[in-house]
Amino acid sequence: MAENDMASRLQGTGAYALELDGVARHFGALVALSGINMRIAAGERRAVLGSNGAGKTTLFNAVTGDFLPTAGRIRFFGEDITDLPPHERIRRGLRRTYQISQLFKGLSVLDSIFLACRGVSRRRFSLLRPRLNDVNRVQAESILHAVHLDGDRDALVATLSHGQQRQLEIALALAGAPRFILFDEPAAGLSPTERRDLVAILNGLPKHIGYVIIEHDLDVALRVSEYVSMMHNGRLFKEGTPQEIEADPEVQEIYLGGKHG
Amino acid sequence: MTISLQSTPVATQPNWLDKIGAGHILLGIALVLYPLVASDFFLTQIGGYSLIFGMLGLSLMMLAGYGGMVSLAQITVAGIAAYCIAIFGDNNSHLLGFGWPWWIAAPVAILIAAIASSLIGWISVRTEGIYTIMITLAIATATFYFAQQNYAIFNGHSGYAGIRAPAFWGVNSRDPKAFYYLCLGFSVLAYAAILYGSRSTFGLTLQAIRDNPRRMRALGFNVTAHKVFAWFLAGIIGGLGGVLLVWFNGRVSPGTIGVDAAIDVLIIAVIGGLRHPIGPFLGALVVVLMQTFAIDLVGAERFNTLIGLVFLVIVFISPDGILGLWAKFKPNFSQESLRPGR
Repeated sequence: MAENDMASRLQGTGAYALELDGVARHFGALVALSGINMRIAAGERRAVLGSNGAGKTTLFNAVTGDFLPTAGRIRFFGEDITDLPPHERIRRGLRRTYQISQLFKGLSVLDSIFLACRGVSRRRFSLLRPRLNDVNRVQAESILHAVHLDGDRDALVATLSHGQQRQLEIALALAGAPRFILFDEPAAGLSPTERRDLVAILNGLPKHIGYVIIEHDLDVALRVSEYVSMMHNGRLFKEGTPQEIEADPEVQEIYLGGKHG
Repeated sequence: MTISLQSTPVATQPNWLDKIGAGHILLGIALVLYPLVASDFFLTQIGGYSLIFGMLGLSLMMLAGYGGMVSLAQITVAGIAAYCIAIFGDNNSHLLGFGWPWWIAAPVAILIAAIASSLIGWISVRTEGIYTIMITLAIATATFYFAQQNYAIFNGHSGYAGIRAPAFWGVNSRDPKAFYYLCLGFSVLAYAAILYGSRSTFGLTLQAIRDNPRRMRALGFNVTAHKVFAWFLAGIIGGLGGVLLVWFNGRVSPGTIGVDAAIDVLIIAVIGGLRHPIGPFLGALVVVLMQTFAIDLVGAERFNTLIGLVFLVIVFISPDGILGLWAKFKPNFSQESLRPGR
């Protein structure tokens, strides 16, 4: 793509990784998302909190294109991606993980990560077997190491424990030079030790990679984010630093009170 | 297998792999030597016919086993190739018959079949599960009736006759031995290609799409394009089977591509097992043997009942078909060895 062509798409807002303007999603009469306006800078780490049904995952689905928004525009590093199919958004550097692991149960761990690397690379249709020194295979091996799955590289995904499947879920999102990642409850169902590993992995990501994380566990969410957006009934209703959010009485009423009370 | 394990005290991973290789070698030797013991009837009507239908089953196994797309239109794809051979080559039905030599007609026929398969795929990939079966059944049925009623291209009800298998390299492939080896050669080629391809990048993407298309989109893959390409590849194998089928029969008519033939291919793939490319060939052998000899056992009126019962029993005992039975009675032949590429 030519430089000036790229520049014309930027519309002077290229400093943001993600911009949402009036994004809404209706399921029939149900309003899952309404009027979401959000600006997230490149490299920023943002937590999205909210009770079940607040619209957090729907927001992710709108951004990745799993389900298209019914209104509003979405820009990714300045480029309007609202009408792009999911795979085109991914090839531009967007990644996501799923709340319920979406894996390939019939494939090995290494093959899964290899595909994640190949998906944003060339030769996706190759009828040849990847060689041992294939660049995507080498990438896959190093990601395997980063998420502590070395010991299970040839295991079938279906045989992994829940915690390992969650690690693989993250590994798939780290493949192939991501620019921005959406993490959907990555700590769901993890043991305390595994949660510590997760926090270490997130905090260890290169600084230029920004992310949004949906997380119910505040211990995790507030330790891996610089800024917090609160959602309620499909709307954004409060934003602030982790300290401000933790101290906010209204937040405690809706979110913390609802969860622990 | 237990005995051979004892005779080789150091049973390591490579040894185990060698053994699978040895299985292939033994099977290969048996198939090459088969014409020494088989009569002409067993050579073509059982051997050649099983290999041809094994290839049709293989094209379905690739789509269903690796891609999760169950198609009832594989016989249609094969039929298109068969009709192309009749039209481009020679026939004695006094219609069309361009008289092209086989080495042009056959590749063109296979290419047209593969393109037709891609079209069928493109129509059906937006559906899943039972709806893919329904839409491919609809396409197979529509093609059957179109062929039956169209006289300008398909020559209607009677179709084409007098199609002769080619003679080349000084060998007449109408000769039973030569025709058997022709079928064997192409079957081995298709089988090896699928076995190799199952571990290729595209093979892995296809299996991943089967397991989770949504995640594949979220990894940057254009799932629709990959599925259509799978249909194209399956069309090459199906088309190859169709060319051999029309050389075998010497004729092609709407009956060749009827709904019962479409179901035969499905039964072959399911009886054999969809998890390994050897499955469809085993299934084809069982079905061809039954179709040939069931009449002698239970009479012409009930032989379909017998086939249906055997189908029920196999599927009832083992959802994975003959491959699953094999695994049951040979504990060493574990699930592991059914993994792609082993």
